Amino acid sequence: MNASSLPKPSTSNDVIDAIADAVRADAPLEIRGGGSKATIGAPRNAPILDMSGFDTVIDYDPAELVLTAGAGTPLSGISALVESENQMLAFEPFDHGPLLGQVAGAATIGGVIAAGVAGSRRVSGGGARDHLLGFEGISGRGERFVAGAKVVKNVTGYDLPKLAAGSWGRLFAMTQLTLKVLPRGRESATCIVEGLSPTQAVAAMARAMGSQADVSAAAYLPAALAGGASLTALRVEGFGPSVAARCTMIEVALAEFGAVGRVDAATAGKVWTDLRTLAPLAGTAPLWRIATPPSTAPSLVAALEPFGAQWLFDWAGGLTWLTLDGDPARVRAAAAAASGHAILVRAPEAMRRIVPALHPQANGVAALEARVRRAFDPNGVFETGRFHEVANAN
Amino acid sequence: MKMPEADQAVLSRRAEIVARLRSIVPGEGVIADPDALKPYETDALTAYRQPPLAVVLPETVEQVSAILAWCHAEGVKVVPRGAGTSLSGGALPLADAVLLGMAKFNRIVDINYYDRLAVVQPGVTNLAVTRAVEDSGFYYAPDPSSQIACSIGGNIAENSGGVHCLKYGLTTNNVLGVQIVMMDGEVVRLGGRSLDPAGLDLLGVVVGSEGLLGVVTEVTVRILPKPQTARALLIGFPSVEQASKCVADVIAGGIIPAGMEMMDKLATQAAEAFVQVGYPLDVEALLIVELDGPQAECDHLCAEVQTIANASGAVSCRTSTSEAERLAFWAGRKAAFPAMGRLAPDFYCMDGTIPRRRMPEVLARMAEMSKSYGLAVANVFHAGDGNLHPLILYDVNQPGQLEQAEAFGSDILRLCVEVGGVLTGEHGVGVEKRDLMPVMFSEADLAHQQRIKCAFDPKLLLNPGKVFPVLHRCAELGRMHIHGGALPFPDLPRF
Repeated sequence: MNASSLPKPSTSNDVIDAIADAVRADAPLEIRGGGSKATIGAPRNAPILDMSGFDTVIDYDPAELVLTAGAGTPLSGISALVESENQMLAFEPFDHGPLLGQVAGAATIGGVIAAGVAGSRRVSGGGARDHLLGFEGISGRGERFVAGAKVVKNVTGYDLPKLAAGSWGRLFAMTQLTLKVLPRGRESATCIVEGLSPTQAVAAMARAMGSQADVSAAAYLPAALAGGASLTALRVEGFGPSVAARCTMIEVALAEFGAVGRVDAATAGKVWTDLRTLAPLAGTAPLWRIATPPSTAPSLVAALEPFGAQWLFDWAGGLTWLTLDGDPARVRAAAAAASGHAILVRAPEAMRRIVPALHPQANGVAALEARVRRAFDPNGVFETGRFHEVANAN
Repeated sequence: MKMPEADQAVLSRRAEIVARLRSIVPGEGVIADPDALKPYETDALTAYRQPPLAVVLPETVEQVSAILAWCHAEGVKVVPRGAGTSLSGGALPLADAVLLGMAKFNRIVDINYYDRLAVVQPGVTNLAVTRAVEDSGFYYAPDPSSQIACSIGGNIAENSGGVHCLKYGLTTNNVLGVQIVMMDGEVVRLGGRSLDPAGLDLLGVVVGSEGLLGVVTEVTVRILPKPQTARALLIGFPSVEQASKCVADVIAGGIIPAGMEMMDKLATQAAEAFVQVGYPLDVEALLIVELDGPQAECDHLCAEVQTIANASGAVSCRTSTSEAERLAFWAGRKAAFPAMGRLAPDFYCMDGTIPRRRMPEVLARMAEMSKSYGLAVANVFHAGDGNLHPLILYDVNQPGQLEQAEAFGSDILRLCVEVGGVLTGEHGVGVEKRDLMPVMFSEADLAHQQRIKCAFDPKLLLNPGKVFPVLHRCAELGRMHIHGGALPFPDLPRF
């Protein structure tokens, strides 16, 4: 991809001008933060609107649980800042660079929100959508507007922040975001059960998530990826006495599934880091991110394993990361049969040219979505072809 | 509050419209008798009343779709209604609109403990969801104070909260999917049973859209395991400043309580007089802090909160040692609204949110306003998230007092926005705060919201007169007026 870059904007007015120019010239624009996820979606060559100049933390008051930052602020910087106050972004956003063969560190806060990125804690703490409180953006109309607010509880007007999370730059360029932050658990422990089948593992994770142990993350690596016996991992976080008590509760809740062990911090760290970098699924095989109800995840992977799929579960089985060097239609069909949907995260260019990154929607929803996109972007300035938008709009 | 002018042409077609509705919903599902319309003329914002053109109570999605499709084709407005407990007038009827009541959609469709979700029809009450799953150790987290009566469909419309939403979130954070019928009769499913949507998060916009985008016909909510224990602390402070500092220090200390409620002196005294649960009467601010989770966690955190409270200058602190005592701590808070009846014939409940650090200043200015309006105000807050519920006391039978109370309320909400907060934390805009929206949003901000309305309901027939102070025609909103831009690089290739 050798798309040209426009002059890098540093103010809202610069962004307004760039979009106004694009509208007048009937030309597309691609909004970009750090570019760590640029290889998701179809190849395209629209000029880049580089938002990395909006890189300042504007307000952070830990006791208010609110942080406001420029959309181009590096995720790593924000994570370090909130960590220094013993807080966290509870949706556990992560940098896609390493899993897409790029260096770490480029991901921006605007990028992870626009892509709806959430890590293992999504299952208990909510996703990107649940932690974006407000934003300022410039729509495809070249107009600046604000939505949401800078307080943690607000129902004034439509909840546009929800729409921003996962919008993939198709509605507006965010310049400033306000996020909810939360205290970090002072301690963390990971309990494991080895040797479970996928079906047993999802049952065990459902049991743990349904217990009073307040499990914050639950994941499963099948034997093929765990290097020996399969690994079911359950994480609890919080105050010391609570973490200890909850590990005991997990042991009781999962007694029928086998021995519940506890791993040391280094091993636990590797388990959860692997779920962010997806090192067990490294390589060049097409990588899919499939969201389903946990109960259907075992049948999903059973349907695709005969074709060579490698996979692991996060979100207690609600998220399957899967590689398959084969027919993409088979993955989408299996995801749909499991009441879910599949995003194509990593694939060769030729495949991305013909396979949409986002799971195709039912007709009525697709038409509604196209109308909502056009509400913000009537001229299609942000329709770069990355998500096969033209086909959708028709 | 001015509502849209009634369309005389529609009013004159009333008999035909009623007949048509009866052909879609037979039997007693259509109400047209003026006396029988009376119960539907208002919701919980009782200052506003208007009998609807007719009431229709469908029982199936097909009927909802047929009603909306016909009204859409004929240009007849529709106002959806759940249980009618909106505090902002979200279900206020219009003279020329059909009121679409969803009360008959009262079935629990599916409960799945494995995926920790429940699929319910919109007329199911909030509390009924918890009742349906509690024997298995689960509950539905959002708990608006009206939960015994309010419906899940209404909760979706209003994005309802409750005293536990600091820790467990609002409705939007606890919903996985909805089925809605749009104004043209089309039925769509948004979200589903998985955690993230496949495309744009349209579900996220429908939640909290106050009945303007679609009629909810089915809801999939997340259910959570009930915490092992809950304990509460009742803490008295000699000043609001010290109570506010305690709230900030608890959160800065890494503790997110399940609930953290503050009451000022007037509210505390009124509540104690009403229910006699042993609230201290000599404090300026009373704090209830509830902690839930495993026993070990509750015990540990109760001790931590007590230490923080003492360091913040608390003059009294009790920690519940039994479930009965915990409930007694809450009984006063929950009785705060009815207790106002002992102080004045009427009260008007406000709902702004502010950054918590501005709390003492906002309370001081509210006290000044109270003096200048000559109306008393009692305060209860969801202190953890800065959501204020000032209760303005007045007497509707005193000429001018209702108007004074409304003006006082508007000033309070303006103040909330001025200090960086918002007009409504959980009650919704509805009719009540509609005309204050420009205080918080510019014309461009509101236009960007309204164009979503146009994407769902381009004829603007569904629940008009709510949320937006001026409902611009969609064609007018759609026009582009491009400003700015200088084409600084005219030679740059453009595609």
